[in-house]
Amino acid sequence: MSVIIAENLTKRFGHFMAVDQVSFQVEAGEIFGFLGANGAGKTTAMRMLCGLSKPSGGRGKTAGFDIARQPDKVKASIGYMSQKFALYEDLTVRENIRLYAGIYGVKSALIAGRTDELLRELDFLSEKNSLVRKLPLGWKQKLAFSVAVFHEPKVVFLDEPTGGVDPAARRQFWELIYRAADRGITVFVTTHYMDEAEYCNRVSIMVDGRIEALDTPQALKTRYDGATMQDVFHTLARKATRKAE
Amino acid sequence: MIEARGISKSYGIVQALKGIDFEVGAGEIFGVIGPDGAGKTTLFRILTTLLLADEGQATVDGLDVIRDYRRIRNRIGYMPGRFSLYQDLTVQENLEFFATVFGTTVHENYETIRAIYVQIEPFAKRRAGALSGGMKQKLALCCALVHKPRALFLDEPTTGVDPVSRKEFWDMLGSLKAQGLAIMVSTPYMDEAGLCDRIALIRQGEFLRIDSTAAIVAAFPYGLFAVRGARKYQMLTDLRSLPGIRSCYAFGDSHHVAVPDGSWTAGTLTTALHETGYLDAEVQVITASVEDCFMDLAETVSTS
Repeated sequence: MSVIIAENLTKRFGHFMAVDQVSFQVEAGEIFGFLGANGAGKTTAMRMLCGLSKPSGGRGKTAGFDIARQPDKVKASIGYMSQKFALYEDLTVRENIRLYAGIYGVKSALIAGRTDELLRELDFLSEKNSLVRKLPLGWKQKLAFSVAVFHEPKVVFLDEPTGGVDPAARRQFWELIYRAADRGITVFVTTHYMDEAEYCNRVSIMVDGRIEALDTPQALKTRYDGATMQDVFHTLARKATRKAE
Repeated sequence: MIEARGISKSYGIVQALKGIDFEVGAGEIFGVIGPDGAGKTTLFRILTTLLLADEGQATVDGLDVIRDYRRIRNRIGYMPGRFSLYQDLTVQENLEFFATVFGTTVHENYETIRAIYVQIEPFAKRRAGALSGGMKQKLALCCALVHKPRALFLDEPTTGVDPVSRKEFWDMLGSLKAQGLAIMVSTPYMDEAGLCDRIALIRQGEFLRIDSTAAIVAAFPYGLFAVRGARKYQMLTDLRSLPGIRSCYAFGDSHHVAVPDGSWTAGTLTTALHETGYLDAEVQVITASVEDCFMDLAETVSTS
């Protein structure tokens, strides 16, 4: 079953084609890497698929809902996390979970029990009443991800989730992603770390508003004759003619 | 050109830097590599005379960072992590502003910045706030160079920048190095370590090691294998449960497995994986990357 469907999805800002007739599908439980240079149109495409921005052309469906006509239903069925916007620093760990769970309509009776369960799983129960501001960055990111999937959404969008954390924390974060995907949650992730592209089931590479390539990392490496995804990315992104705004 | 001895700095009870020692020569690129919160920015601010250390001494171009702070400021270029040019001024206005502040003109030092400036010159009349990430970065570098500094301090210039622009930026640093500048640059990207002459791996306010990338990699104290196969996540967990495995982490399309010398071989590991049901598992002996070394050093420090 396709959890994300884009058909000729387009976004125009004046004369500028930020996203230019993009078509692809993401299947349930898949980890889908969405790559591209700065300014290629990734964020714009992702915002449309989250129901935050109306397409200028084409169609899109996320979690079974039309992104143009049912944006509120889309928003209620997804989780979202970015490096820039994650948790409230002045709330405790427990308060952050309580707030987001409430916003996403998790029943109050369930929240407390599931909070403890989650924190035990993360080996983080001792920090339940700590202010988020006081946590190391790696922990904040793991927590932000767990909060984004607390309501068991069909799909979670991750916008450059791992910037700046140390290598070990980055890997622990990816193990959480694997676990979520194992539970059937579809993961849509953008990243600038090309080794992370290898962790995805399939990867798309955007260049100048279009999807230039989409396949498994292995197939892309074979097709573009690269030893790593870094090589593939360079080969494709070098074709870009426009610069990021 | 840059020298630091016993630099320490605390914010309340948090020790941001714990006795940092190092030096950087003219024509050298020195990389400070480590995660957010490791103390990189604090170190840069102390060396650029913007923050006072609690302990230790530092000099830049032979001048003391406390006593001679005014003279140092004329001899260094500093590019802070956050974009700090005037967003409402154009490219050209920003450049002229910084030249004027340092008592010079763009014309006078044009040769220093020419190679970089020609790339953004078509946008000379555009407001800095309307530039792309890559172009902002080039403008910021021009502004840091316009007074012909002898040492350049670049705090995470490539963070959040895509791999293609990152490569262009490092090429530019290479040509500045050839002009004899001492360049101190920080980055959270381990793969940029190989582009520096020497690196310091920094974590929780301490340098874990200072050396050339080649020497750091050569000192990796374990045998290392790359293991490939389908069912990656399960394989990661199962590899960790094998006896005598030092560590196992995902590295792109493979898992890196570190083992003490004389324990596992590629052959015995392959057999063990086949017996556990990973019939497609492939094991290959590899040399460590900077990232392997960083993770190992970090683990050694936190368990000792």
